[in-house]
Amino acid sequence: MAYSEKVIDHYTNPRNVGTLDKSSSKVGTGLVGAPECGDVMRLQIEVDENHVITDAKFKTFGCGSAIASSSLATEWLKGKTIDDAVKIDNMDIVEELALPPVKIHCSVLAEDAIKAAINDYRVKNGLEALVEEKAHH
Amino acid sequence: MNLPIYLDNNATTPMDPRVLEAMLPYFNQKFGNAASRNHAFGWAAEEGVDYSREQVAKLIGANEKEIIFTSGATESDNLAIKGVFEMYKDKGNHIITCVTEHKAILDACKHVEKLGGTVTYLPVKEDGLVDLDLLESSITDKTILVTIMYGNNEIGVIQPVKEIAAIAHKHGALFFTDATQAVGKIPVNVLEDGIDLLAFSAHKMYGPKGVGALYVRRKNPRVKVTAQMDGGGHERGMRSGTLNVPGIVGFGKACELCRLEMADEAKRLSALRDKLQASLTQMEESYVNGNVEHRLPHVANISFKYVEGEGLMMAMKDLAVSSGSACTSASLEPSYVLKSLGLSDDLAHSSIRFGLGRFTTEEEVDYAIEQTKKAVNHLRDLSPLWEMFKEGIDLDKVEWVEH
Repeated sequence: MAYSEKVIDHYTNPRNVGTLDKSSSKVGTGLVGAPECGDVMRLQIEVDENHVITDAKFKTFGCGSAIASSSLATEWLKGKTIDDAVKIDNMDIVEELALPPVKIHCSVLAEDAIKAAINDYRVKNGLEALVEEKAHH
Repeated sequence: MNLPIYLDNNATTPMDPRVLEAMLPYFNQKFGNAASRNHAFGWAAEEGVDYSREQVAKLIGANEKEIIFTSGATESDNLAIKGVFEMYKDKGNHIITCVTEHKAILDACKHVEKLGGTVTYLPVKEDGLVDLDLLESSITDKTILVTIMYGNNEIGVIQPVKEIAAIAHKHGALFFTDATQAVGKIPVNVLEDGIDLLAFSAHKMYGPKGVGALYVRRKNPRVKVTAQMDGGGHERGMRSGTLNVPGIVGFGKACELCRLEMADEAKRLSALRDKLQASLTQMEESYVNGNVEHRLPHVANISFKYVEGEGLMMAMKDLAVSSGSACTSASLEPSYVLKSLGLSDDLAHSSIRFGLGRFTTEEEVDYAIEQTKKAVNHLRDLSPLWEMFKEGIDLDKVEWVEH
């Protein structure tokens, strides 16, 4: 199976790899997936007082598509408010990276990671956690 | 050095140019049907097949009359298992195999179960070898066949075939081995090993795809299998169908070359493999899968913990290798062979199989070492699991959000 150019680009030059201070109240961390399933994503956001995401970092254990999905997600998150960020849909990622059907779960994982990071931030800052959860497969 | 480098010789091998040369006249000059008994075209084809049959038999210490040509090892596996079951069903209906066998064996056994057979799937020990005591205690008075592979395709471990055959015979069962990965790589002798049926294939030993053989013993005991392909009664009635003459000629040439060059080649390849393995296992948290004493000379299966196999292969883009990772299969399940060694799923996801071959050079191995190390380091820099491991977090105690 050949990868799309965009997947290869994100995989070869991943954007925003790294770690933010997870103990900071400005930072939200989402850790999703499991080693047994072959993919784990950790996505972190740093949010300012206006609820705008000023920085995003990721680290991913997984296949090329999983790495590319999380790299792309960090790019999209920066500059968005947390309310806009939560609207990112996994199918947007599928489309942008031209993921084949067998790799759609990678995009679902990235969406889950975004939501988990936002929720972590919300709970830390006294906001209500979002309950909207995508149907898992 | 040409890129990419082929290190997937357990999947298939490139054809040796000498094999190709031997085959060429049989496509358009000696194109006859080997079963045409009444003209020169048929005789020329038959002569090619006869010579090849001798070469194939000689490589495994058999008589040429004991070789049944097939389309490959999968067909040979099917013919052996279904053919023995059908032929000997009045004696019993029990077959013993093991969980790390190739799918062609496991699925043929499943088929036999549907026909009223019972099959015991032996587990393997942590090193991938069959437990001989467990094998013996699994035999019943209904056992007609024990089928255990010679060398494993994923991890390269070599089963104690001679001992297994002796146990089977002691209890009146036949012994069949799928020796696809072993024949041509290490000495295999059906008489010394006590093998009653043996399957192998040309394309794993620098011959063409689409041709293989089943060895069926003729003496002590005389073994018979019920044909699974009905037709003109070719191959002593056990496998009908016009013979694939160019393929068979190529198979014969491939066997001849292996017989003559195998000893030196095994030494050369095991030195290269050991070099590769030693360099790669110098990296932290990398582990060799399967028994390293009883192993084919050209294979190393290594898990690089905290990186995922498919992602890793993508970073090793100039190397053609394979992985036990789920992402490389349609099933999204990691390798059943690695899991049956007791490997956790995450280690199975992290495995890479390196399969060296006749055309692998030391320069290529050096390049592969360098590329693999670079790729593993790159992916560990991206891996949250590696970071957690480095921070001393016990990953087994983390509550993962499975999806």
